[in-house]
Amino acid sequence: MGDDGSGAKGKLKVLLGYAAGVGKTYQMLEEGQQLKAAGVDVVIGYFEPHGRQQTIARAEGLETIPRRKIEYRGTAFEEMDTEAVLRRHPRVCLVDEFAHTNVPGSEHAKRWEDVLRLLDAGIDVVSTMNVQHLESLNDQVFQMTGVRVRETLPDWVVKEADQVVMIDLTPRALLNRLERGVVYAPDKASRALENFFRESNLVALREMALRQTAHEVEIREVDPDQFWRFARTGAAEGEPAERILVHITSHPETANLIRRAWRIAEFLQAGCLAVHVRSISSRTSPEESDAIEKHLRFARDLHIETRVIEGDREAESLVEFARMNKVTQIYIARPRYKPWQRLLSTNPVHKIVRLAPDMRLIIVAERRASPAAPGSQRE
Amino acid sequence: MEAEEARQYRARLKVFLGYASGVGKSHRMLDEGRRRKERGEDVVIGALQRKRDPSLDRLVELFEVIPPLISENGKDAIDLPAILRRRPQVCLVDGLAQDNPQQAPNRKRYQDVQELLGAGVNVVTSINLQYIEELRAGVERITGKRVSETVPRSFILSADEIEIVDVPAEQLLERVGRQPDAQSAAAERRRLSQLRELALLVAAEVVDHELAAYLKDHGIEQPLSTQERVLVCLTARANFETMIDMGARIARRFSGELYAIYVQQTSLSPGDKAALDARLERARQAGAIVEVLASDEPTDAILRFAREKNVTHIFIGHSLRKSWWSRLFGNPVDHLIRNAEGIDVCIFPH
Repeated sequence: MGDDGSGAKGKLKVLLGYAAGVGKTYQMLEEGQQLKAAGVDVVIGYFEPHGRQQTIARAEGLETIPRRKIEYRGTAFEEMDTEAVLRRHPRVCLVDEFAHTNVPGSEHAKRWEDVLRLLDAGIDVVSTMNVQHLESLNDQVFQMTGVRVRETLPDWVVKEADQVVMIDLTPRALLNRLERGVVYAPDKASRALENFFRESNLVALREMALRQTAHEVEIREVDPDQFWRFARTGAAEGEPAERILVHITSHPETANLIRRAWRIAEFLQAGCLAVHVRSISSRTSPEESDAIEKHLRFARDLHIETRVIEGDREAESLVEFARMNKVTQIYIARPRYKPWQRLLSTNPVHKIVRLAPDMRLIIVAERRASPAAPGSQRE
Repeated sequence: MEAEEARQYRARLKVFLGYASGVGKSHRMLDEGRRRKERGEDVVIGALQRKRDPSLDRLVELFEVIPPLISENGKDAIDLPAILRRRPQVCLVDGLAQDNPQQAPNRKRYQDVQELLGAGVNVVTSINLQYIEELRAGVERITGKRVSETVPRSFILSADEIEIVDVPAEQLLERVGRQPDAQSAAAERRRLSQLRELALLVAAEVVDHELAAYLKDHGIEQPLSTQERVLVCLTARANFETMIDMGARIARRFSGELYAIYVQQTSLSPGDKAALDARLERARQAGAIVEVLASDEPTDAILRFAREKNVTHIFIGHSLRKSWWSRLFGNPVDHLIRNAEGIDVCIFPH
């Protein structure tokens, strides 16, 4: 792992799983023990024991930085004491649950922001997360499991990692652990078994984690030349450069649209930008303005460049902007057609296709929970 | 629920898959045995690797080891009759791909494992990616080495459970020894990472089969998959080359599937037929699964096919020519977009 005190950034290793109980935390502590045995200065910044005996035993002998106590609405919460870790300045810090949201009143809203601070200070970090916490997979996870995961982290944060490692366990073994009460206390376990832990969910999430890890290996290790060439020129060798434009509106499916476009851009190594066309003459309702603002902010959080342009002819302005920015693909949410819009002249899809015969138009459909998805629970 | 029942009574096979030696497959296999033993299962070792890391000894000592039946030229055959007499609940078999010595009744170790499973003994085993028969050529291209001992992919796919042992290549290199110089270390790291990616994708494929089987057993009709699948719809005039290239690119980048279909409405002239055949052949070369469907309702045929194959993107051409028909009654592309539930539609103007 990285150098200490030389001003270089710390290295991040992410242990990726697909559910609670697959052994991410255990593996993190195991790596801590191995580092300690090799004489490396390692501390626990945060670890979530969940009352699991084997895991707790694995933390024994490792130095733990005491957590910071924060009171919120009369209840005491504990978070990682990032300042204390920085003062202690170990070579490696173990930080469980990368996607965790800190309690209000913490210095950072998200734990990954704490981790980025540690990395900036030259401290290496080993952290844990589940594949369903990736922002760009949110709709796919919902479709497969019926669960809308609320605690997500933007994919670019994971791109900061030097290594992503899959922590694998078969769903059968996981369900076994759950039934025996290793993962959760019995009452919580039976609820978990009925919902998120249904076998089909676990199998699907596991497949997603395997594919995601394969992708992370590909971009870092297998084809890094391609990756860096893309970073410089925006195109992989022998392939035309693609640029994706996302049309931001108040449409309720815009978050899904942004995630979908972003994910395709990421895999195609294409540039991605987002635009909203603001009407000059007609007034936008406060609800619509709020929705648009929210969508623009969401795109920016994913590190997508966003613009707002003005114009009364939405399709014309959109296509003109696309052409000026050398866009090759325009992404829009599936329009909610009104009957008269079936006529070509007022149909937004046809308008854009007619105006932009040199580009492709992608109509992104909303992702609904599959009938096979059992969950209605939120994680 | 017959399949479910059958599965309960058959002995179970669990495979630990690694991408190179040294990733820790044997350790994981033995550790699994240890946990099962602690839960009260009767576990024995049926086969160990001859060359093994001394750090494994601590785990090996926990078990009863059934010595090999025959040892010859550095090869061991497991003692099937002895294991079957002993009748453990679980037998640990390291090195699944090994060939047996010549006098052994079975040529391959995995055939011995098949017999154990048939006799009701659960087996936990380990294998390296390169020993899967169908992957041998691909692995050989990466490593330049040819292996002779292999196990058919169908056997791996028949496992009840497969678990991947994932370790970054960098870490593995530290573990198994340094390369002479930075350049060869970088090359080795890239080779190992290619194998690692392949192993992850093989495991994903096994899991995909598992998901399909689960849904079928539970009578869930709707296919459910995490893979990206592109469907390119061919028409007489569509900008076909661009569509198929883009489709192939997405399928490759996502390690997904590519389909190309043509919906035939009327019989084709010999000239059109030849042109279509050439396009279908080009699609096949790009790695597409190609099908010709006959239907008077092309849009419905496309949607039916897309749902059946669990497609995530439909690529379709769109003529810019405006007919009076579509002005009045709507365009088939609109019909497709409106009815493509959960599927993205990508329009290629022409």
